[in-house]
Amino acid sequence: MITKRIIPCLDVKNGRVVKGVNFKGLADVNSPVELGRYYSENGADELVFYDITASAEGRKLFTDTLREVASTIFIPLTVGGGINTVDDFKRVLDCGADKVSVNSGAIKDPSLIGRAAEIYGSQCVTLSVDVKRVDGEFHVFKNGGREDTGMDAIEWIKNGVRSGAGELVVNSMDTDGVKTGFDIELLKRVEDAVDIPVIASGGAGGIQDFIDLFKAIPDIDAGLAASIFHFGEVTIPDLKKSMAEAGINVRL
Amino acid sequence: MIAIVDYGVGNIFSLYSSFGMIGQEVELTGDAEKIRNADRVILPGVGAFADAAEKLKATGLDQAVKDAAKAGKPLMGICLGMQLLFDKSLEFGEHEGLGLVKGSVVPLRGYVPDNYKIPHIGWNYLKFPEGKEKSPIFKYIDEGSFVYFVHSYYASECDESTIASTEYGQPVTAAVQNENVFGLQFHPEKSGEVGMNILRAFCEI
Repeated sequence: MITKRIIPCLDVKNGRVVKGVNFKGLADVNSPVELGRYYSENGADELVFYDITASAEGRKLFTDTLREVASTIFIPLTVGGGINTVDDFKRVLDCGADKVSVNSGAIKDPSLIGRAAEIYGSQCVTLSVDVKRVDGEFHVFKNGGREDTGMDAIEWIKNGVRSGAGELVVNSMDTDGVKTGFDIELLKRVEDAVDIPVIASGGAGGIQDFIDLFKAIPDIDAGLAASIFHFGEVTIPDLKKSMAEAGINVRL
Repeated sequence: MIAIVDYGVGNIFSLYSSFGMIGQEVELTGDAEKIRNADRVILPGVGAFADAAEKLKATGLDQAVKDAAKAGKPLMGICLGMQLLFDKSLEFGEHEGLGLVKGSVVPLRGYVPDNYKIPHIGWNYLKFPEGKEKSPIFKYIDEGSFVYFVHSYYASECDESTIASTEYGQPVTAAVQNENVFGLQFHPEKSGEVGMNILRAFCEI
């Protein structure tokens, strides 16, 4: 049986990982290569790299970084940030990414999902969605969660799947950063609406939050988090050990 | 030298890098002579069977791969490259493969239970068939090791050549061997240390 995946997410700016990271034994805590290797040797099932640079120069540094990561780390790599065209897909896939995560780019041009899936296959196309409750409804937000599109999240997600997205990252802005657990209500709604893998994001504050997620929604495929891993609050081996003890299938 | 067959299909960056990582000389090539003269041949592939089979034929590299296999060179097909080794595939119609391993490639949908998601994406474990000697490519790994899968079709009617399977509601062919011809449904270049150890063992055959 396939295992539940645990995925650390790294934000990269000008070729360097941002956010404070504090690990023993890492000479350069902001090096994407060193951090990527640390995680891959310590139980991560996959890595997500988000390019948060806006400049062309930063973008170039990012692809150089990605190439270096992909030639030294041999687990699946997903790349997001600044993906607006099919050429952007090609740019990161040629550097060794396995999947490309598209968010605002697909909102600006919904045909991007289908065109990319046709060329590279659905398994390459991850639709990432930032969701927030507005007047009791789930809305899609764009531009890093700064702008309400007014679109219904479940409808947008269903359309994305119909267009050819092969996987979903559902980030709840209501639980993100609060560290009180994943947004079970939202994730359940999404899981019921689609039959492709769903990655839960936003809200993980500790080990129990992951266990609660996979117990509440057994069909959820993966949990993604950033700060709790980077700050060493939770280590992936400890997390997976606890998940296994709770009867959740993991790769140990 | 290890030749990775370049016929314009798939994302080979990690595969290429992984051989460098284990200290092997490797070349990505679309030159039939180089493939015939290589010590070992890797047939990669991502995407649709028919498109890949056509490209392989159009470039004339299908014959070079067959010649290398006939000459006894260790040949390894990975993911779609593994599926191409079989007699035929039923992905969008019926298409002929290289015929180096007996069996056919059929959809997971309709075989695995309906509530199982397709594609089969993620880490799953390897189970070795009972009563068979362990294949030399698994020399450095144990049964139960996890490897990374991404596929919607699987190889069937190939019990004879199956050297590992996995479980996805049903047993699913994970690896096959017909003498010097090997096929892996999963991606060793994305399977961490376990994957590196499979490639390492292949380089020693």
